Amino acid sequence: MRYALRFATLGYLFVLLVAPVGLVFYRAFEHGFGTFWDAITSPDAIHALKLTLIITAIAVPANTVFGIVCALAIVRYRFPGAGVMNALVDLPLALSPVVVGLSLLLLYGRGGWLQGHNILFALPSMVLATMFVSLPFVVREVVPVLREIGTEQEQAASTLGASALQTFRRVTWPSIRWAVAYGVVLTTARSLGEFGAVTVVSGSISGRTETLALLVGDRYEQFDATGAYAAAVLLALLAIGTLLVMYRLRPKEETR
Amino acid sequence: MIEARSITKQFADFVALDDVSVEVPTGSLTALLGPSGSGKSTLLRVIAGLERPDRGEVWLDGDDVTSRPPQQRGVGFVFQHYAAFKHMTVRENVAFGLRIRRRPRAEITRRVDELLELVQLSGLAKRYPAQLSGGQRQRMGLARALAVDPKVLLLDEPFGALDARVRKELRAWLRRLHDETKTTTVIVTHDQEEAMEVADRVVVMRAGHVEQVAPPRELYESPANEFVMSFVGPVNRLGDAFIRPHDVELLHEPNGASQEAMVERIVHLGFEVRVDLVRDDGVRLTAQTTREHAELLELDPGQIVYVRPIRQTVFETSRDPAEVGRH
Repeated sequence: MRYALRFATLGYLFVLLVAPVGLVFYRAFEHGFGTFWDAITSPDAIHALKLTLIITAIAVPANTVFGIVCALAIVRYRFPGAGVMNALVDLPLALSPVVVGLSLLLLYGRGGWLQGHNILFALPSMVLATMFVSLPFVVREVVPVLREIGTEQEQAASTLGASALQTFRRVTWPSIRWAVAYGVVLTTARSLGEFGAVTVVSGSISGRTETLALLVGDRYEQFDATGAYAAAVLLALLAIGTLLVMYRLRPKEETR
Repeated sequence: MIEARSITKQFADFVALDDVSVEVPTGSLTALLGPSGSGKSTLLRVIAGLERPDRGEVWLDGDDVTSRPPQQRGVGFVFQHYAAFKHMTVRENVAFGLRIRRRPRAEITRRVDELLELVQLSGLAKRYPAQLSGGQRQRMGLARALAVDPKVLLLDEPFGALDARVRKELRAWLRRLHDETKTTTVIVTHDQEEAMEVADRVVVMRAGHVEQVAPPRELYESPANEFVMSFVGPVNRLGDAFIRPHDVELLHEPNGASQEAMVERIVHLGFEVRVDLVRDDGVRLTAQTTREHAELLELDPGQIVYVRPIRQTVFETSRDPAEVGRH
């Protein structure tokens, strides 16, 4: 029975995850490492990599700070509209990214409320779209931890003379930092790979507004299969790297 | 001296405190005693500044501190569930308040050593709270609160989460500590035995009101009303009269005002014996006597004895409990 269970889960993971990703890696290196290297060092590919990293580098810190503040607001302060805010944070998870892109298009595009500020088909809209879709992860990781630790430690700190900031730094932060780290990893992974929302607002202009994920789609459509696989491998490596960083951090906490 | 003046505090539609005024003299150890929902913890939290009253004032040593946050009140607070800083060692926990105050390192070390000695945790300074027993965690909580030399020490059901034996030990230990340090202390408890044993003054609360303020002995001997009488010790109610079980005399033969009763059950509590009785008119009552006296009477279940109240209390205005909660 135990072996059957193990076999079933491993088989499931293999069919759904390992095989497709493995195949991408296989196809990328099918024609040798040289072809792969050429594909990822083409000017378009390098630009796409840079753009992806820039967008991630803006979206992730912004959503991390917002996520922590938002989680504190939801859990620690009872205010009118907290319930609405809590539900609103989940919206990006429920909404199809294409709809997000479309809504930004309506807002900033021709005839929109905020048209003509060089937002559409440029970096600002791509960052906004990425932030939108990756917003819930830090909040969702931190909220349950804040609920679990309760308010007594923070109250104890305040009776001992600690200001709100000191209490956060010395008492709250050490308790939530692993949840924040996990949220950051998820936010990063989502930001690196976002396709749907970004594709609508960026216009996908090669060498200008093309992220790695868009590059994969673009090359595939132009029947450059090797190029698509090479970009996909690069994207996958970034994601795997992010996950590895987290797994290296995490066990230390749990053994203490 | 702590003065709570006409404090009212409401949570949604529940009135936790209804115009409550209490004074705690400097150097005393005062217990706030009452059942759950009586408002005792809320009053303590209002004094600490952890809860803002809807109306009323809090004065500490002659200063109106009502609008001051807890950081600026100079109170030490001990929580029922310890509120230990989980990611800090015992030493770091105790040092917390001193480090916030940016005291010199040498002074912090000296003071923390002193306090760890006082709460008998010197050997465990490098442990984390998760590696301590409940009693040890609470002693750490106490040391942490005392580290900043608080004007008043506030304890919210500090021994409520501990087992009976540790609770008794810590109770006696807290009393000794208070006798040494003389810090004005308020302890919240729902356990009348704890309040009577540890405090010089007991404030009995019910449903957001103060029922009586008195030293333990006076509380027991002249309770202000039937609620206090039945809350601070076991009691028999016979018509309008209230009689303590140890004031019920058991006799072999009828004598004057005595009445016939049948022994239902005998419970041995070490030195004392509790006898559950049924009178011939169906009224149940409990008598308490020494083991020797019980042996002398040769009590057995089913036996007929004669009972006579030695002392009984009748309250003039007997208030309906449901009436009080509604104000």
